[in-house]
Amino acid sequence: MIQRMTHASVYVIDQARAEDFYVNKLGLELKMKVPLGEDAYWLTLSPREQPELELTLMPIHNPNMFDPETAASLAKLVEAGTFGFGVFATQDVFATYQELKAKGVEFTKEPKEEFYGIEAMFKDDSGNWFSLTQFKAED
Amino acid sequence: MHPKMYMYKRLVDAKLFMDQHYATPIDLECIADTAYYSKYHFLRLFKKAFGKAPAQYLRDVRLQQAKQQLATTQQSVTEVCFAVGFDSVPSFTLLFKKQYGQSPKAYQRAQQEQQAQVAKQPFQFVPNCFAETYGWKERNSQ
Repeated sequence: MIQRMTHASVYVIDQARAEDFYVNKLGLELKMKVPLGEDAYWLTLSPREQPELELTLMPIHNPNMFDPETAASLAKLVEAGTFGFGVFATQDVFATYQELKAKGVEFTKEPKEEFYGIEAMFKDDSGNWFSLTQFKAED
Repeated sequence: MHPKMYMYKRLVDAKLFMDQHYATPIDLECIADTAYYSKYHFLRLFKKAFGKAPAQYLRDVRLQQAKQQLATTQQSVTEVCFAVGFDSVPSFTLLFKKQYGQSPKAYQRAQQEQQAQVAKQPFQFVPNCFAETYGWKERNSQ
């Protein structure tokens, strides 16, 4: 029986820039930064209220990861906004939307009522999209 | 635009003000004034939007900054305490311990030990599934 998830990966164009985005704009906490050579790191972050889940920012442009041709194709897809990596939950989507916008985060969907709550969508600095959702309170 | 967006913008401005000026003495009444709210109204709206009262939020920002500085600089606990806006080392120590389960000094020591270990044996901190699949271990051992 699978009980929980501890790590999930997001492919990013530039790890240093992504670290700045996820820490200083989204407000995640840096958990591990382990040098792996070739200017690459094992880089993980957690939402402040969910330290048991580590989001791993994986560098695309690193010979340890992909050959140059594969990296170029993957980077193109990421930058085009092909991949969505998950849903961030917030208790007040309007407040978080305003805050992230004030910090320069690009939204692709303004907060909108959906059957599961109120949802906005944004892109990270590489082009990956995420949902930002205020879920309906359970009865 | 959602009719409440102007209200949220003022609350977010107040929050960002605290994010930027946590190191200085911050008068929360002054922040409420900047947001054009009475202190009571501001407190209620802020808590509803961010889940914490402004004073609690400010305290948590200072603690997070302290945690980061203890982990990444050589500053003493006293220096960090004042650098992030607390004005008493004993109360800072108590708050830090309550929040993170260990004293600032113990946390700093643990971080320094971990960093030394990371430099010495990095692959003790990377799950093998990643290290082996991507060939990091192999390349780093060459």
